[in-house]
Amino acid sequence: MMQRISALLSHACRMVARNGVSLAAVGIVTLLLCLALVGPMLTAYPPYVTDLANVLSPPGRLHWFGTDQLGRDVLSRVVASARIDLFVAVCAVAASFTVGVGIGGLAGYLGGAFDLWTSRVAEMVQVFPLFVLAMALVAALGNDLRNVVLATAIVNLPFYIRLARVEVGVLSTQLFVEAARVAGNGDARIISGVLLPNVMPNLMIQLSVNLGWAILNAASLSFIGLGIRPPTAEWGIMVAEGATQAMAGHWWLIVFPGFALALAVFAFNLLGDALRDMFDIRSR
Amino acid sequence: MLIKTEPPLLSIDRLAVEFVTPNGRVRALDDVSLQISTGEIVGVVGESGSGKSVTAYSILGLLPAEANITSGSITYLGSALRELGGRELKAIRGSEISMVFQSPQTALNPIRPVGAQIADVVMAHSPLNRAQAAARAIEALREVRINSPERRVHAYPFELSGGMCQRSVIAMALACAPRLLLADEPTTGLDVTTQRAIMDLLVELTRSRGMSTMFITHDLGLAAQYCDRVIIMQSGRIVEQGLTEQIFMTPRQPYTRRLLSATPQAHTKLIDLIPASEQQVFKVSSPLTAASKPNRAAVGSPVLRVRGLTHEYPLHGAPRSLLRLLGRRQRSDKDGANKFRAVDGLSFDVAQGECVGLVGESGSGKTTTSRLIAKLVRPTAGSIQLNGEEIADADPRAFARSAMRRVVQIVFQDPAASLDPRRTAFEAIADPLRRLEGIRRPAELGRRIRDICDLVELRPALLGRYPHQLSGGQKARVGIARAISVYPALVILDEPTSALDVSVQAVVLNQLDRLKRALGLSYLFVSHDLNVVRLMCDRVMVMKSGSIVEQGKVDDLFRDPQHPYTKSLLNAIPRIDFEVDAGSGAKQLSNFP
Repeated sequence: MMQRISALLSHACRMVARNGVSLAAVGIVTLLLCLALVGPMLTAYPPYVTDLANVLSPPGRLHWFGTDQLGRDVLSRVVASARIDLFVAVCAVAASFTVGVGIGGLAGYLGGAFDLWTSRVAEMVQVFPLFVLAMALVAALGNDLRNVVLATAIVNLPFYIRLARVEVGVLSTQLFVEAARVAGNGDARIISGVLLPNVMPNLMIQLSVNLGWAILNAASLSFIGLGIRPPTAEWGIMVAEGATQAMAGHWWLIVFPGFALALAVFAFNLLGDALRDMFDIRSR
Repeated sequence: MLIKTEPPLLSIDRLAVEFVTPNGRVRALDDVSLQISTGEIVGVVGESGSGKSVTAYSILGLLPAEANITSGSITYLGSALRELGGRELKAIRGSEISMVFQSPQTALNPIRPVGAQIADVVMAHSPLNRAQAAARAIEALREVRINSPERRVHAYPFELSGGMCQRSVIAMALACAPRLLLADEPTTGLDVTTQRAIMDLLVELTRSRGMSTMFITHDLGLAAQYCDRVIIMQSGRIVEQGLTEQIFMTPRQPYTRRLLSATPQAHTKLIDLIPASEQQVFKVSSPLTAASKPNRAAVGSPVLRVRGLTHEYPLHGAPRSLLRLLGRRQRSDKDGANKFRAVDGLSFDVAQGECVGLVGESGSGKTTTSRLIAKLVRPTAGSIQLNGEEIADADPRAFARSAMRRVVQIVFQDPAASLDPRRTAFEAIADPLRRLEGIRRPAELGRRIRDICDLVELRPALLGRYPHQLSGGQKARVGIARAISVYPALVILDEPTSALDVSVQAVVLNQLDRLKRALGLSYLFVSHDLNVVRLMCDRVMVMKSGSIVEQGKVDDLFRDPQHPYTKSLLNAIPRIDFEVDAGSGAKQLSNFP
C-alpha cells in the first residue's frame, strides 16, 4: 500500500514537473491552501481590529495593501478571506461530488427508470440559471453560512450526476467490466472497484473546475449580501464594500480582494488538467 | 515480368525515420530501400511495429509530428517528395498517390454522406463544380461495384456495412485516378468473404487502370495470393524482398521462414507453427489441487449441453428512438415484429476435454452465443446445462456470485480491452481467485498465481505491471491466466488471438492446446479464422444468421463441406500454395525447417 502511494506521488510529481502550466496551478493552489491554514498567523495586523486614526491609507510600507474605511489592514483581510471562501467551496464541492457521483454512477450503471427520473430531475435543476437558483435557495433556507454551502452544493449536483452517469454508462459496456463480472464480482464491487477508479480522472477535472466556480459563487452571494455577512473578512464582501469607496479613488479596496478571487478561480481551473495527468495511469 | 529499363514509379532510398518519445529516440525505420514500378502490386508484410505503415505514411508526408525522417530519399516520378512543400505534397496526395486506410468506418467522416466525401476529394484536385463532382462520385461508387450507386451516394457511413464502407474508401482513393495506391491493411477487420471481394476488386482495378499498388498487410496468405512482389519487414528494416513465388517457395532469411511457418495453413499442424528450437517440453507441475475437482462433470456426460438456445434483441423504430433519446427504454414484448433474433434455436454439446469451434462472419450471432453461455446475458429461451446443471434462467448478476460461476470462464477477444487499465496483471489474475474461491491470504494467493503463471508461461516479474506496460502477447497470457485460474470446466475462447501477430498467435494457440490437455479443460472456440479453428478444434459448427448451418468433425467439414455457405467461407481463405496451380502438390510448403 505504502509502495503504491509513493509510486502515485512520484508519478504526480513527474507529471507536474513536465508541464509548466500544471506547475503554476499546483503552486498557486498550494499557496492559497497554506494561506487559508496559517495565513492569519503570519499577517502583521488582526483582520477585524479597526484603526480609525488610519482609515483609507493607500498601499505603503506599513500597510502593503492599504487600509479600508474603518482602518482595517486590507492584506490581513484578503488573507483571512482565503480560509472562509475555500472552506465554503471545499465543503460544497465535496458534498455535491459525493452525492452526485453516487447518484449519477448508479443511474449510468442501472439505467431504466432510476436513470430516467434522476436525469429528468437533474435537468429540471439545470433549467434555472445557477446563480439565481443559489440566491433563491439561500433566501428560502435562511441567510447563513451553512445554507450557502448547501445551496452551492445543490446547484452543482446536476453536473456530477450527468458526468458520472455518462462516464459510467460508457465504461459499463467495456470488456473489462464484463471480465470483472465473469470473475465473480457483484454489482457493488464492480461499481466501487472497477467503474469508479476508472472514471475518477475525468471527474477530477470537473471537481477542480467546480472548486473555482464554487469560490466565485460564494463570493458573489456575499457580494449581494447573502450568506456570509459583514464584518467577516471575505473577498465578495470586501469587493462590495470597496465598490462604494472605489469611485473616490480608493482602488486598493477592490483590486486586491478582486485579484485574489480571480487568482483562486484561475488556479483551480488550471489545476483540472494537472489532476487528470496525475490520476491517469496510462501516462505512467 | 518487370521491365527493368523503365525507371520505377516510386523509389525509396535508404530511408530512416526516428520517433522522439519522452524516453528518448526510437528508430522506426532503418535503411529502407524499395522500388515500385508501374503496374505492379507490391506487398509489404510484417508484424506490428515492423515499420510497414510508417513507410507508407512517410511517402505521403503524413508522419506524426514526433516522427523525423533522419536520412534517405523518396523519389516519385523523378521528383524528390521530401523536398516538396506542403502545398505541392497536398496536390500529389489523392491525385497522384492515394491511400486506403485500415478500418474504413474510422477513415470516413461519420456525419457526412459518402458521396459528398468523394465529391470533396474530386473538387480538391480538379476544376469540377459540385454537381459534376457528385456525378463523378456516383461513377466512382459504380466502379467499386456498389449496387445502385445513385442511392448509395446519399448514405452515411453508419448505414453501410464494413465492406461497403471500404469500397467507398477505395472509391474515394481512386476518384482522381492516382498512379500509386497505398493500401494499409485494407481488409483487416472485414469478414473473410468480404475480404476476398475487396482484394479481388483492388487487384482488378490496379490491373485495369495500369496503376501500382503498395499493399501493406500482416497476412502472408493475402500477400501470397495477390501480390507480384513481396517485401518482408521486421523492426524497421527490410528483411527480404523478391518475387512472390521466390519469397514463399525459397525464402532465404530465417525470419521469413519463421513467419511462414507461424501462419496457419491448410496443411500445418499446431506444433509446426513454432520453430523447433523453441518447442520446449511443457512441464505440468500438477497444480490440479482438490479445489478443481468439483468442476469436473460425471464421466460420459457432456460439460455443456445447449438446447434450443434463442436470444432476441428489441429493435427500435424511428419514433421509438426519439423516446429512447429521452431516456425511455421500451420493452416491446407485445409485438414480435420489433425484435431481432440474434441466436435462433441453437442445440449442441461440448464433451469433456473437447474443443468445439464456432465459426461465422460478423453478425452471425457467434459472439452473442458466447456471451449467452458465459452468462453475461440471459437468453430469451432455451436451455444451457453446465455439468448437468441448468443455468439458462439464472440472472447474470446473481450468477456472478454463485458457485457455478467458476465452472464456465471466458477469454475475451481483445486482450487489451478486457483488462482493467488501472489494475496490475497480478490484480487481474487474483480477482477471480478472491471472488470465486475466497482466497484471501496473500501467501496462498501468491502461490496460486505463481502456479498459473507457470502454466501460461508468464514471467512473474511482469505481474506488477499495468496492461499498457505489457505487450500484446503478454496481455493475452494474463487474460488466459485469469480465465483458467479457478480451473473451470469450460472455457469460452472468443477470438482469443485475433488481435495478435502471427508469431504470437502461434505461441498462444500452442499454449491453449497444452493447457487444455494438462488441465482437462473443454473449449468453445469462437473464431472467424477457419485455419485457426482447423488447428485447434475437434469439432466445428458453422453459424449463419443465428443458426448452425453445418457441423461436424473438423477434418470432414474441411475436406468435404456440404452447405454452400461453408464452401464459400472455405474458398475465401487466402492460401499460400503455388504448386496447386502448377499441379505439383502443396506438400513442400509445410516442410520448412
